[in-house]
Amino acid sequence: MRMRRLSRRHVIKASTAFAASTVFASPLRAAAPPAMAITPALVEAARREGKVVWYTSVDLPLAERIAKSFEANFPGIVCRVERSGAERVFQRIGQEYASSIHAVDVVNSSDAAHLIVWKGKGWLEPFVPEDVARHFPDEHKDPDGMFASFRIFLCPMGYNTTLVKTEEAPKRYADILDPKWAGKIVKAHPSYSGTILTATYQISRDIGWDFFERLAKQKIMQVQSAADPPKKLALGERALMADGIEYGLFQSKEKGQPVELIYPAEGTPLIVGPNAIFKGAPNPNAARLLQCYMFTRECQQLAIDYGGLRSAHALAKDKPGRTPISQIKLMKDDAAEVERLSAEIKMRYSQIFKV
Amino acid sequence: MAIPARVVQWRALKIDVSMPMLASVAALLCVLIALPVSWLVYYSVTAHDPATNVRNLTLAHFHTLFTDPDFVDPLITTISLAVSSAALSCGVAAPIGWLVARTDLPMAGAIRALVTASFVTPPFLGAVAWEILAAPNSGLINQLYRATTGAQQEQYLLNIYSLPGLIFVISCYTFPYVFVLIANALDRIPADLEDASAMLGAGTWTTARRVTVPLVLPALLAGILIAFLQAMILFGSPAILALPAGFHTMTTKIWSMFQYPPKPELAAAASLPLLVVTVVLLRAQHMILGRKGYSVVGGKAATPRLIALGWFVVPAIVFVVIVLSMPVFLPYFALFNAAFSPIATTLMTPANATLHNVYFTFVELSSTQLALRNTFILGLASASIGTVLALVIGYVTARQAVRGHRILAFLATAPIAIPGIVLGVGLFLSYTRPPLVLYGTLWVLLIAYVTIELPAAYQQMQSAFHTINPELEEASRVFGATPLQALRHVTAPLLRTNVLATWCFIFVSTIRELSAAIMLFTSETKVVSVLIFDLKESGDLGAIAVLGLSMLVLTFAVVIGVNRMPGFGGARLRNT
Repeated sequence: MRMRRLSRRHVIKASTAFAASTVFASPLRAAAPPAMAITPALVEAARREGKVVWYTSVDLPLAERIAKSFEANFPGIVCRVERSGAERVFQRIGQEYASSIHAVDVVNSSDAAHLIVWKGKGWLEPFVPEDVARHFPDEHKDPDGMFASFRIFLCPMGYNTTLVKTEEAPKRYADILDPKWAGKIVKAHPSYSGTILTATYQISRDIGWDFFERLAKQKIMQVQSAADPPKKLALGERALMADGIEYGLFQSKEKGQPVELIYPAEGTPLIVGPNAIFKGAPNPNAARLLQCYMFTRECQQLAIDYGGLRSAHALAKDKPGRTPISQIKLMKDDAAEVERLSAEIKMRYSQIFKV
Repeated sequence: MAIPARVVQWRALKIDVSMPMLASVAALLCVLIALPVSWLVYYSVTAHDPATNVRNLTLAHFHTLFTDPDFVDPLITTISLAVSSAALSCGVAAPIGWLVARTDLPMAGAIRALVTASFVTPPFLGAVAWEILAAPNSGLINQLYRATTGAQQEQYLLNIYSLPGLIFVISCYTFPYVFVLIANALDRIPADLEDASAMLGAGTWTTARRVTVPLVLPALLAGILIAFLQAMILFGSPAILALPAGFHTMTTKIWSMFQYPPKPELAAAASLPLLVVTVVLLRAQHMILGRKGYSVVGGKAATPRLIALGWFVVPAIVFVVIVLSMPVFLPYFALFNAAFSPIATTLMTPANATLHNVYFTFVELSSTQLALRNTFILGLASASIGTVLALVIGYVTARQAVRGHRILAFLATAPIAIPGIVLGVGLFLSYTRPPLVLYGTLWVLLIAYVTIELPAAYQQMQSAFHTINPELEEASRVFGATPLQALRHVTAPLLRTNVLATWCFIFVSTIRELSAAIMLFTSETKVVSVLIFDLKESGDLGAIAVLGLSMLVLTFAVVIGVNRMPGFGGARLRNT
């Protein structure tokens, strides 16, 4: 219930370059603990623990690259990545915690609503890395210091450039309902992917469920993770993707694979993926160190340059050749509403698409 | 039977541990199977009332199950899938089994090894490989089709994302079950029975019809049954192929019900029809076979006679090669290509070959070592425990050694009806609360694997016992051995190859098991199949290929190593 209150309060406040996430904005700064820097004492304590486990829905190669860069910076600490769709990660942590299994140290979810739930249950540790305090705008950090936006990305459409000519490529969501695209579209699933759940919420809110009902008649290829559609495009298995991760398309395109992004005229869903530490973390110091490291400019820049993500870090630089977020019409994210409607969206979706 | 007084006296002095030991096996089975099943039944007929915090009796879940098209459609799909796969598997496995066991077909040993390779292949890995081969647009076979016929971009030869595609892929990895049962049964039929038939004036076909076929009928029926049940409860292949095709089977539907927000009650209800179907089929098999005796291994040895194929050898070889290319040659080509090619559906050339996927899997992917270690610990432990259990239960039921052996047989067979995924949930419900909090440890996976593999292992051991004439054991019993001693010193050595085959069977099945593991794993107890499934979710085909191929190599190393182990000397590699 507390979350709903936050959401209303925020409606007045939201006005930044990024359509702000309701979860973050709040004047109650006093509740957050003081910011913490990476100190030799923290590194030493983390090294004694020797390992840290990061549950995440970040596309696997990028997640592992981030883990490896952490290990390279802090030798002697192994970072293990537990990667799966955000909705599955959420279910997994719930299942483990219900059985008093505390295996997760740090979590990242592409469904910001999850953080609201975990925070409400009192599972998260208040912890503010120095970079978050100094370089992250208010709308990208929790007022109580429980989490902050590790990553920002969009959920655009895309096409395979060898199968579709640029001038024939769809420009808006309505275009892909044309019967000529029947059997040529790949799409991910909101029951597994937090990105897609968030995007489904925003599209159904701004365009209407009618869009999905008509899309279901297009004989789409249904996959699970939002990371998969860009890969199916690159393989040439389908000509169009109705949704999927922007950063996957960036990576693929910059490797020279025949894919191109479409930012639909109606607006592109905005996805915010916060990071948090669990109170019951088995490796609390390593967890804090990882949390600190992941918000440094270095790690954020790695996520941008190698991974194709976007960052709320004030010092991080966009990579040339990618459309800046300021030039894209965005749909507004609203984690509290996603949290409220999550089960309903999943049910309605599976009734429409039969899977 | 007259037993000399001295022997009776001597036996009376000895402590017979057989009965207490058999009783404890029965008790163990009850815990293994009855506990999770009870939880499932309980969940299927109750609903949690948040107001009073108690569970009330209700049939609402079953009402939903049989009226809601969201459940009725998957049920119908699953039944047609299982029937088609069973028919296809038997149609292919029976002729190959006969060719390999009873004719002079060259390279019969190599063919058996290749069928073993198709058995060792996890069905979900095969499904991924067939995606690479026969996805309508990017599939290698469809690319080849378009390149050779000049067909348009939209046209394709095969679409693996369809019900027939799924039936085909499931059959590819179900037919080895049938093949092994039939080939082993044919191996065991001694020539003297057929010779007798020939001497009495019957021709080749009459002998086949009146002697050989009836003797392999139990194996054939068991094969059809296993193929049907395997197809019905399989989770991996449907999870990979049915979702893109836009339909659910019962197992994928059940799995989706454990995603957030979980609905375990509906899932439990959805699994009970599968249990009922299985029980009915097992009863039917029992009634068809009736009380006929099929002991063919007695105290006298006789080897089977091979039929000369003559010119027929050419079409026979062509047939075998085509069949084996479906589960083995083509998929492994696709996986090999995906492992070393920059994009899975681009053909590898010396110019574009890359070790990136190997590097990623073994250096960057942080779960690889953990998953490999867990998988092999569990494989070895499950195989050893499962074999001993199957041996003892098979003995007790085949020899009707104790009263209530039918209950034992039922308990050992029942898990086959429970989809691994649902057993996973039953075990989850059972072992996340005191007194036995095992969730989060490898123990709960060990219990799952032993329970899941027990039916097939038990069937193998039991049918093996049926081929051994009790006269040998009776001789040992007459000389004063207890039932367990007779089993250990007489029957078990006779069954050495069967025991070994069962061990390998469980080991391999454990390695390829996904459906229970997907419910029971935690991040610390992740196994390779779950890791591959996670990789599949996000479409990392290259890493799947590398991991799958490495797993296959390691599995073969273990299977061959075990077969060469001293003490089992001379046992040849069976088609486990």
